[in-house]
Amino acid sequence: MTKPRRKVFMTAGYNTISLGTGRKEFNPKKPRPGLEEYIKEAGQGTLKQIGGGDKVDEGVIGNFMAARFNKQGHLNAFIPSVDESLRWKPCIRVEGACASGGLGLMTAVKSVLAETADVVLTIGVEVQNTVKAIYGADILGGAGWFRGERKKGHAYFFPAGFSDRAGVYFEKYGRERTRKAFARWYRNAVENARLCETAQEYHNTCPDLEALAMTEPNPKSFVDYLTVYDCSKVSDAAAAIAVVSEKGLERAGIPKAEAVEVLGWGQVEADLTLPPSDPTRLETTARAVEKALAMAGITAADLGTVECHDCFTISGVLSMEAIGLAKQGEGPDYILSGATSRTGAIPFNTNGGLIGWGHPTGGTGVRQAVTVWHQLTGKAGKWQVEIKPERPYGLSVNMGGNDKTVVAIVYRRAG
Amino acid sequence: MNYADRLENVAVLGAAGKMGSGIVLLTALEMADLSLDPQNKGRTFALNAIDVSSAALAGLTKYLRAQVLKTAEKKVNALRKAYESREELVENEEIIRQYVEDVVALIRPTTCLEAASEATLVFEAVNENPDLKVKLLSRIEAANAKKPWFLTNTSSIPIHELDEKVGLGGRIIGFHFYNPPAVQKLVEVIRAESTAPELADFAGQYAKRLRKTVVPSCDMAGFIGNGHFMRDALYGIAEVEKLCPEHGFVGAVYMVNRITQEFLVRPMGIFQLVDYVGLDVCQFILKVMNDRLPNAVLHSDLLDRLIGLGVKGGQFADGSQKDGFLKYEKGRPAGVYDPEKQVYVPIAEIAARADAKLGALPASAKPWKAVVGAPDRPAILEAFFKDLKSSQTMGAEMAVRYGRYSKAIGEGLVKDGVAATAEDVNTVLLTGFYHAYGPVNPYFD
Repeated sequence: MTKPRRKVFMTAGYNTISLGTGRKEFNPKKPRPGLEEYIKEAGQGTLKQIGGGDKVDEGVIGNFMAARFNKQGHLNAFIPSVDESLRWKPCIRVEGACASGGLGLMTAVKSVLAETADVVLTIGVEVQNTVKAIYGADILGGAGWFRGERKKGHAYFFPAGFSDRAGVYFEKYGRERTRKAFARWYRNAVENARLCETAQEYHNTCPDLEALAMTEPNPKSFVDYLTVYDCSKVSDAAAAIAVVSEKGLERAGIPKAEAVEVLGWGQVEADLTLPPSDPTRLETTARAVEKALAMAGITAADLGTVECHDCFTISGVLSMEAIGLAKQGEGPDYILSGATSRTGAIPFNTNGGLIGWGHPTGGTGVRQAVTVWHQLTGKAGKWQVEIKPERPYGLSVNMGGNDKTVVAIVYRRAG
Repeated sequence: MNYADRLENVAVLGAAGKMGSGIVLLTALEMADLSLDPQNKGRTFALNAIDVSSAALAGLTKYLRAQVLKTAEKKVNALRKAYESREELVENEEIIRQYVEDVVALIRPTTCLEAASEATLVFEAVNENPDLKVKLLSRIEAANAKKPWFLTNTSSIPIHELDEKVGLGGRIIGFHFYNPPAVQKLVEVIRAESTAPELADFAGQYAKRLRKTVVPSCDMAGFIGNGHFMRDALYGIAEVEKLCPEHGFVGAVYMVNRITQEFLVRPMGIFQLVDYVGLDVCQFILKVMNDRLPNAVLHSDLLDRLIGLGVKGGQFADGSQKDGFLKYEKGRPAGVYDPEKQVYVPIAEIAARADAKLGALPASAKPWKAVVGAPDRPAILEAFFKDLKSSQTMGAEMAVRYGRYSKAIGEGLVKDGVAATAEDVNTVLLTGFYHAYGPVNPYFD
């Protein structure tokens, strides 16, 4: 990667509440906000911080499956509904399964680099509680290869895909220790989420999270090697952030200390029609992270905080190895050592990640960027972790499908 | 004729009723699963859902669709496998829809009793009226050349009596589901002496496939479930009559109902249970038992009087509770019927005075729901009933007497040979009535 022709920043992040089971205000039988409300809330949350819609040159929206969850396509045309001044401006919707948000960020970054825009309003959204989980599993199954995999796949297609990875991992590296790491991962996720008001697990009061997470899997009602505690939840949420140039920051009147600079990224695509060559590795994730770190000129040891794509606890474990923090088979030890907890060496998923904060699939990539921005600019409030000056870097890893589309981004506070 | 052959053509009588609709649902699901078994490829399974009410049958189809859908959603894993060879069915939703269609397609709702003439298995779930049952079964037997097996859902009528009156030569067995059949785990299976052993085997296999808990009951009127419930309810009514002079009818009903629920840690008070079953159904059952059991007075003038006044309880078609002894608002008791004035008196007007008389519950009291879900249930109950026994309040004393009486009923059922063991009695009360403990227990000794 040649050096970018100009600097790119992110600022003015906003996350809505992640609504779904676990939140007190969630009632599946009562009407809830829809796509329109989430897009508007998140978009306006960002616009308010940058001084309004007239500061924006372009809009990008990441979303996975509104066409099925909400019977709604053409989401880019909702961007002008956020603010009247956005009408007649270029807007685009991008999709790459659960990496839609990450692709949205990359699209915005490229607009800034192309110098067609100095301020890009980037939104990610998914509203999934419109159907029962068993039908939601069909919809999310679209992140796999429908013709090639769906018929012979499991009712819970994606949980089963990652369960199978867990099964092979258990076989190769030991079941008990790995399940303990899953349980620790769950505990860290929920404990972090309890500190963040927008998190789906904010109201969680379970006294012994690790014991709960050690519940044995029930293959008859779910999948072979994972339980519901190993899975991210069904979430309705949106997130927004402004992707800007230096000029854009000035236009928005935002000091550099309140922005993060994008130092490197890796946007990697694998072949949807091919199974993973090694189920115990996230190869695409590893490649994306490697690229992003190399571009930023740092190593994994320089990271101060990470938002990884823990759609399942096993993805959390495999992420340790893909990012390069643990050797093959040692991801569980790294997690059990406490290194990823909020007081550990590299706090991961500081407001809960996909398991604790929630996983509005197409919105998650943007939510991760907002979380990193909160941490690096000291805006995280009760869930703020310490970012040491010698390790000032943040990393977000957004994965689509079964490790098929991955966007990894390295950030540092701009000023 | 093997198990699947037997279930190829089934008739359910009283199909749209409270019990019948549940039996249709469970049996149709079982038949659908058989039809999906590759071994049974090409066979046609048919369930003739027979009821006198055409309107109720329309409601039955709606009920079945909703219930089958729920069931299908829960067992998608198994269904994906069952429909493996159907290439065009890919997503969960497509498979679930197909399954609902397949189950509903094998159910033939009809008002014609003749539809049972090809059946090899007949489920009877009509009113608890011996003459009606005998009449219907006789008509089917006369028109059906297949020598069908009969499963009767009677909760009180001796099986041997039906066998003899219809002339079935042992082709009948008691298969008593609890209400609602789709939810309740318990089935009382009642074998008459004459019941064919193959039929008893079939009933056992069928119950097992439905994942029911089977308790065998001796073929004596009322069996175990109603053998306990009817006597328990009559005791409650007798207690009301005792309390009446001092506390008035509504006060007395309120007190006994509360004692049986909160003081005895049961899911509902005795009069709420009578309302749930239906006063008229209780009257039928009492008559059946009273006419057939020696040395027993199983009758209530009070029930007769209330039924005469049109107070019947039972449920509406949507499953909500009709008013009976008690008036219900959102499913909860809100008033008590006063037969003198023929109005419901709001509980708010009764409770304060009656509760003061009963006295407070011991501090260790826990609601039934908390107790049944607790892992240390026996310890909780033991501690609570110990406190109850040492409590001097009127409520506590009445509750302890009630508990002892309930135990005596249970022991009587064993002594009379209705139940083989005290454990069977306890299983019936625990699983069929959702009690937190069986009546034969040491708590009140």
